[in-house]
Formats: sequence, C-alpha cells, structure tokens
Amino acid sequence: MDRSGHQVHEKVADMRPPITSVGWVRWLRENLFSSPLSAALTLVTAYVLYLLVPPLFGWAFLDAVWFAASREECWATGEGACWAIVTTRVDQFVYGDYPADERWRAVLAFVLLLLALVPILFDRVPGRARWLVFSLLYPLIAYVLLIGGVPGLPEVETAKFGGFLLTLVIGVTGISASLPLGILLALGRRSDLFIIRVLSVGFIEFIRGVPLITLLFVASTLLNYFLPPGTSFNLLVRVLIMVTLFSSAYLAEVIRGGLQAIPGGQYEAANSLGLSYWKSMRLIILPQALKISIPGIVNSFIALFKDTTLVIIIGMLDPLGIGKATLSDATWQGLSTEVYVFVALFFFICCFSMSRYSLYLERKLHTGH
Amino acid sequence: MKRDLLTIAAAGLVAGAASLAHAATLDDVKAKGFVQCGINTGLPGFAYKDDAGEWQGFDVDYCKALAAAVFGDASKVKYTNLTGATRFEALKSGEVDALSRNTTWTYSRDTDLALTFVGVNYYDGQGFIAKKELGVTSATELGGASICIQTGTTTELNLADFFRTNNMEYEPVPIENNEEARQNYLAGRCDAYTTDRSGLAATRAALENPSDHVILKDVISKEPLGPLVRQGDDEWADIARWTLNALILAEEYGIDSANVDQLAAGGDNPEINRMLGTEGEFGAMLRLDKDWVANVIRGVGNYGEIFDRHIGPDTAIGLDRGLNAQYKDGGILYAPPYR
Amino acid sequence: MAAADRADEPFRLTDIWANQRSRSLVIQIITLIVLLLAVSWIVNNTIRNLSDLGVETGYGFLWDPASYDINQHLIDYSSRSTHARAALVGFLNTALVAVTGVAFATVLGFIAGVLRLSPNWLIAKLMTVYVEATRNVPLLLQILLWYGIVVNALPHPRNAAEPVGGFFLSNRGFYLPRPLWEDGAWLIAAGLLAAVAFAIWFAGHARRVQERTGRIYPVLLVSLCVLVGAPVIAFFLAGSPVSLDWPELKGFNFVGGFAVKPEFFALWFALSLYTGAFIAEIVRGGILSVSHGQTEAAHALGLKPGRTMRLVILPQALRVIVPPLISQYLNLTKNSSLAIAVGYMDLTATIGRISLNQTGRALECMSIVLTVYLMISLLISAFMNWYNRRIRLVER
Repeated sequence: MDRSGHQVHEKVADMRPPITSVGWVRWLRENLFSSPLSAALTLVTAYVLYLLVPPLFGWAFLDAVWFAASREECWATGEGACWAIVTTRVDQFVYGDYPADERWRAVLAFVLLLLALVPILFDRVPGRARWLVFSLLYPLIAYVLLIGGVPGLPEVETAKFGGFLLTLVIGVTGISASLPLGILLALGRRSDLFIIRVLSVGFIEFIRGVPLITLLFVASTLLNYFLPPGTSFNLLVRVLIMVTLFSSAYLAEVIRGGLQAIPGGQYEAANSLGLSYWKSMRLIILPQALKISIPGIVNSFIALFKDTTLVIIIGMLDPLGIGKATLSDATWQGLSTEVYVFVALFFFICCFSMSRYSLYLERKLHTGH
Repeated sequence: MKRDLLTIAAAGLVAGAASLAHAATLDDVKAKGFVQCGINTGLPGFAYKDDAGEWQGFDVDYCKALAAAVFGDASKVKYTNLTGATRFEALKSGEVDALSRNTTWTYSRDTDLALTFVGVNYYDGQGFIAKKELGVTSATELGGASICIQTGTTTELNLADFFRTNNMEYEPVPIENNEEARQNYLAGRCDAYTTDRSGLAATRAALENPSDHVILKDVISKEPLGPLVRQGDDEWADIARWTLNALILAEEYGIDSANVDQLAAGGDNPEINRMLGTEGEFGAMLRLDKDWVANVIRGVGNYGEIFDRHIGPDTAIGLDRGLNAQYKDGGILYAPPYR
Repeated sequence: MAAADRADEPFRLTDIWANQRSRSLVIQIITLIVLLLAVSWIVNNTIRNLSDLGVETGYGFLWDPASYDINQHLIDYSSRSTHARAALVGFLNTALVAVTGVAFATVLGFIAGVLRLSPNWLIAKLMTVYVEATRNVPLLLQILLWYGIVVNALPHPRNAAEPVGGFFLSNRGFYLPRPLWEDGAWLIAAGLLAAVAFAIWFAGHARRVQERTGRIYPVLLVSLCVLVGAPVIAFFLAGSPVSLDWPELKGFNFVGGFAVKPEFFALWFALSLYTGAFIAEIVRGGILSVSHGQTEAAHALGLKPGRTMRLVILPQALRVIVPPLISQYLNLTKNSSLAIAVGYMDLTATIGRISLNQTGRALECMSIVLTVYLMISLLISAFMNWYNRRIRLVER
C-alpha cells in the first residue's frame, strides 16, 4: 500500500510476442507457408530452383572462360560458357564494320543522344527551353557525325553500320521521324474532313494489319520499283522509311488515346477564345495530349527497339546478325547459346530500364492531375 | 490557292518527265565512280573476307575485273552481300549493277526473270556431302534422309526432281545461306547437304576434320555458274560479257599479270595487240578505254591466275581445272575471238 | 441596309477560305488531287521499271508447278503441285501455329497472371521474372534460342531418347504414334458429338434447377465423365476400330507416326512464351481493376477464395481483359511470320520467299501475302468490335 491507501501494482514487463508472429518467421509464414498448398508449392519450387540455378550459375560465371582465341582453346581451358566469343568480337558487336579510327564519332553521337534525351524525359531541368533546341537539332548533328562527308570527317558508308550502333540508329531515327507523322495521322483520324479521315484510317489499319517483316521485304524488293528508273536508295534508307511508316501508325493510336483523354472542355475553351484549329492544337491540345501519351510513346519505342532485330532477315548486321556471322566462323562454331544469351542480355537491360522509366512516368503523371 | 494547285501540277509533270529519261548503266556507273557488285554472303574460295576484312574470292575477282575495265582501277568497286533469296531482286531493282554470285544459268532465269547471263565462269554440277560415318556411297542411298537445302536456288528444284524420279522420300531442311547449312549439318539436323560441288569442296575445306566428310560421287545436274546483269541494257551486258571473255582469252594467249606491261608495248601477235590496245580502236566500241583489257589483266590477272589463287589445286579448296580448263587443254573454256 | 451592302461586295477568292464549309471542301479536294498525283507517279514508275526490265506481270504463274518440296504440309503436296497450292499449304501452316500458339499462350498467360497475384511470395516473384524476362527480349532472338537448344542439345535420331515406349525425342523432331482410323471410327465421332450435345443440355438444365430450387449439380464432373466416357464406350462398341501407327527408325529418320518438327516447336514455344507474358500482364491488370470490395463482399458471403475468383472476380475482369487479349492474338498471328528465321514453311516463307524468288514475281507474291494478313487482321478487329459492342456496360 502506498501513502494514499491505493493498491500499487508493479508493472510486469511486457511479454514478448509469439515467435511466429514477428520478424522473418512471420514473413515466412505469411508469404511462403500460409496454407498447406502454398507450403507444398514453396517446397517443390525451391527444390526445382536448387536443381537448376547453381549449375546455371556455375556454367555462366564460375566455370566460364572469359578470354581465349578459339573454341577449342575455350573447351580445353574450362567447362563453362565460352564468353571469349563475345570478348574477342566485342568491337564488332558494338560498331559493326565501322572503321576503327572513326569510332570516336559513334561514341560521341551516343553521348550527345543521352544529353539530347534529358530535356525530353525530365521535366524540371534548368535551361530546358534552350536544351530542347539542341534536342531538335540532334538528328542533323548525329547524321553529320556518323556519316560524315564534311571536311574533317571522312565519309563512312551506311553499309558499314552494324551491331548496337545500327540498332540505335534505326530505333532512334524511327521513333523521332514517326512522331510528327503519328501526330498528323492521329489528328487526321479525328478530323471532320471525310477524305482526310478515310485516308488516315485506311493507312493506319493497313500498316497495323500486316507484320513488320513483310513491310521490310517490300522495302528490300519492291521499293526500288516505285522510284523513277535509275534512282535507288541504299538499303538503310529504305529500311528507315518502312520502320518510320510502321511506327507512325502505332504511335497514331497512342496519341489518339491521349487526345481522347483530354476533356472536351479544353477544345471548347480554345474555340471560344477564337483560336484557329492549328493554333488550338499547337498551344492547348497537343501539349497536354503528348504529355499524357509519353508512357505509351515510350512503350512504342521499346517495341520498335525490339523489332529492329528483324533487319537480320533482309541481310543487315544488327547484333543478332553479327552473332550469326561470328558463329559461321570456323573458330567459333557451335557456341550459339553464349552469343544469343549475350545479345538477349543487352536487349533485356535496355528494354527493362526503359519500361521501368515508363512505369515511373505513368505514376508521376497519374498523381499530377 | 490556285498557285498552290499549279505548283503541284507542275511538280507532277516534272516528276513524270524525269521518269521518262533513262540513263544507261555505264553512264550511271561512271557518274557514281564505282561498280556496285553483288556477291555471296560467304563461300570459302568464291567470296570470303580475308584477315584485313577485305572481300576476296573467285567471284569477287570478276567484280574487280569489271571495275578495272570501266575505270582502269580494280579497287573502284563496292560489294553488296546477297543471299540466294535476295540476289535477283537486288539486281533487278538496281541496287547492284552486276551479280557475281555463283549463279546457275537456266532457261527460266534468262527469260522469265528478265536477267541476262554474260557467260560461264565455272562449269559445275550439283552434288551431296555427307558424314563418312553414315556409310553412304551414292546419292541413291539417301532415301528417307534429311537434306539441308538453300531456298531460292536451282539446287532446290533439282533436289526435288532427283528424289521424285528415283521414287525416294526425303525431308528438306530449308536454310538461308552456306553458314547456316554448315551449322545444321554439323549439329546433325540434316544427314546431307546439297549444293554445287565447288561449294561442297569449299564447305568441306572449312570444316574441322575434312576427311570425316565425303562428297558423294553423283552429279545430279548441270550447273553452269556465271555472272549476270539486268535485261534492257545491251551495252552494259556487252561490257560484262567481254570482261569475262577477256580473262579467258588472256589465258589462252598467254597474257598474265607478269608480262602484260611488256606485251602492251606492242608485239608480233595481232590478237594480243588488238586486245591490249596497240592495234585498232576496240575499246571505243564499248565506250571504254583503249587499254581496258590491259587494265583488267593488271588488276586481277587472267582466268588461270584467278582460279589458282582462290580455288586451285594448291589452295585449301583444292579443285582441279577439269571442265574449266581451256579447250586446248581438254576443258570447255572457249571464248570468241577479239576482232 | 447591311444585306444590300453585302450583296454589293464583289466575290473574292479568299471568301472560299473564310467560310469553314467551303474551306474544308477545298482542302479535301486538294488532298485528293495530291494523292492521285502521287499514286499515278508511283504507278507510272513501276510500269516503266517493269517494262524496262522486261518483267511480266499477272497472276497466271500461280498455276505453274512449284517444283520445290515443303517439309511440313497439312494437306497433300508434292513438288509438282502448283504455286497456289504451295501458298495454301503455307497458309495452313500459319493457321496451325497461330491456333496452337493462341491456345498455349492463353493457358500460360492466365496461369502466370493469376499466380503473379498469389500470396506465395516465391511463386509471385518467379512469375514476375518470367514475365519481365520474356517481354524484354526480342521475339526473333527467343525463337532462334529455342531452335538452337533443340537442334544442339537433343540427340541424333540414331541415339534418340525414348521417354515412354514408342515415343521418341531427337533433334529431328518429337515422334508420337499416329491414330489410324478404320471402318466404324465414325461411331466414335458420333459418340463425341452426342456427348457434347448432352453436356451443353445438362449445363443449361443444371442452371435452371439451381435457379428454381437452389440445388447445385456437379456440372463439370458430369460433363467430363460424359465427354470422355461416351467416345470410349463407342470405341469398344465399334470393335476398337483405331490402330496406332508407331514411329520406327528406318535408315536415316523415323518413319510413320506423327512428328513435331523442331522448327514448329521452336516457333510455337517461343511465340507462346512471349505472348503469354503479355497476356499475363493483361490478366493481372484486369483482375486488379475489379474493385477490392467485390472480393471482400464475396468473402463476407462465405465464398472460398477459389470460388470467389471463378464466380465473382474473373467474370468482371473478363470485360477488361478481352479487348487487349484479342489484340495480343492478332499480334501472335502476325509474329508467326518470323517462321522464316528457322525454316518453318508458313505463308510468308512459301509464297513470299521461295515462290517469289523462283518466279521473280515480286509484286504479285507480296500483294498476296499482304492481302491475306490484312484480311486476317480485319476479321479479328471486326470480331473485337462486335464483342466490345455486345458487352458494353449499359449505364443508366
């Protein structure tokens, strides 16, 4: 009893929670063993992983041979993957046949590309307006850098482009050239003018209805017939034309979705302000539509990026083509798995990071409204 | 607005007029400054990349000869690698000026496909290669086998005919080019690979243990291989044809890269003089230089030198001249006279 | 006064531009003229180029013998068949890989999509790895990878693996026994049809009984029993009219039986994995789009999680899932044209590649290929529009 007469109870220390409901044990219970079926699945999956992953890891890293001169030497040195086929030919994979002493131009063009993308992809960048001018001029700068022909930069013919350089050239040119075309097609599809609408819809449905590879066949076999006798574009230009047309149809659908997402009130407000069709598009509608469509545009770019591998079927040497050409060399025969895994890894890293960025954008735009 | 319409109409007319003018191939080539030549994607001996990354080969040397004929410089040539499936469209559409890609001269290709063969630079036949361990000695024992075959070639059609006439079944495994064929053949996807026997020799030479593979003795078709150009430009076809003839004639008359300069100064043999430009104005008949043949021989040598350099008995390919010897030596190489 | 003033003003050309209706008309006319000029320029060039080359045009070549063999054909075909028949064989091959690919991709996609939402962390992460890995690698690469694995890793027919007696696995294909139909086999087909009709009737009957009395009949179990049992009974009644054609190794290859070639397998498997990953994402998005309140309400009513998914969530999710699902089917059909990379003879490979090169008729062959794909796409899009209209939510 204390002085006032109340009974005083000693506070007993709190009991610890049961071990199965805190910490990693709880996590295990809830996520891996929550029910008998779940527990069984976990055990089976864990066993299968145990069977597969360590040998795979050993093959790819621990037993792998990183540097060798030929396949025999590889297999004599170790039992794992013969990554030597990639390390000895890494120049070819990245640049194709681009002349060795001009490669700094390709590297510079790549660095400038990253710089040019910054104001487009990120909002709050200091000096954005002036930076955007650079982004707009970038295609011209890249063309001059890569192909040359001006004093100080000897000309490199496009037939020598290959590897990742070719993939980036086709992808970036395709998406940037198809963007204005896609916007026009999207506007045309929503137009009140009957002829324009019919033409836009016809074009979009035609392009979206045929596989890209048939269009590439048309580019390589038929396009020269459509030009006046005696003229001929080189293959890369023809492929770029077809890829641009292809991508513009898909972009048109993405942008059309963006245009539809804008409340009708915006159109009406623009009209009531007395703005003409093109002025209202340029100042009010398109900026909003493009901002909403950017995740879709990035997804289109990812798809286009993956589709650039198709040029191997018409004989151009993208990384897959370089891989196959390397395999046909007698010193490296039979190592198809290593080559394909390497190229797959490159594409995976690029596309995965782009899709993560697109997700980040979508989330940002969602809360922005 | 009316002005806009007028501009559009004028542009259309100009474009239409531009399409009416048709320049000759020789003028186009001269304006470009090089010959665009279609070659194989990779066939040892006929078209291959050397260590420096330059294209060399029996067919490639013909392209160089053509460049030497037009420009006097055998290096003024650029190459486009074409598969069996893409070669004809590339030639027809103007992407290449000439095709030197071990292509068989057939009736339908000459007529239906609108191409012009300018001669035969290699008389060949179709054969099969199989692994020795299969124990096959003749193509008639290949019933039920899987055969790798390049699509878009005469070999594909000949294969179908051969197995049909012999009442045998087979599984065709379509492949795009020689490298794929080699990979599939080595992996065991197909039991045998069929193509021209020169191609088989080249393929076998590039394998790890050539003696483990046997080229069967059957020759199931005639395959006269030669260069070709588009139909519709006879002048260019003549230039291409006589470049090939010049190579053959030079060997017949003993002109080679070692003595061409000495013989070009003038000599006793009137045919040699005519060819090397010391007599007559033969070059001008084709709108070429007087000494175009001398330039060709200086650039690549004569037919025999080209043969020995890339596919001759001393090379890894190891082909005998056989049918491809001069008619005086028991073969059937016989070029028309230069007069 | 104002009207009189307006009538007095001379008509200016720019008035056409000022009036919106006439302006739009003029723009359309100009566009049409420009388009016609461009088209005529292209046509003119083409005609000139073709006549300069001496190339013939026309579709008569389709009835000439094709002279080449195709290794996989669903209908009879020999090297003496016409080009038109080769095109048909190619089309059927495309249809085969498209239909089987769609089936497997759908199954894979739904399983992966549902499993990605599983409470089991390991399974969910594994499915995420599968979806991300296949979505971010080009399809062509995956096809070549699987083909390389099959051709290089599997044994030669002479050393073929025999997992089960009579079934052989080699790098020339997977060989299974093929059923041979003899007299009386029609009874089995009749039995199957009768079973299907019964199953449909029974499902309807069970639903009516449930609505009236609340009793639930085990529809799935009964239907399965009947669908399997009736043909089996018919089989025995007819005196076992089906025999099996077993594959045998004769010389170089297996003869007889039914073969799944490595080319078909690589294409089908890669297509299904790739499209399945996209379908998994669509399914997951569809399931997530159903408000969580539905799940909670179903649980409050006492429905078990399996029943909740089947009876409450999936039917609502299907509304969101089906349109993008159908466009994925379309993508799969178009992507099947990559068959040419592994040597599978689909439409693009027969008429678009081999026939084109052997006959030189680039325009005609390409037009056939493009038209066929376009028709397939338009058909599927029309179906999708019809389906959208049918299930559109009728809001009040």
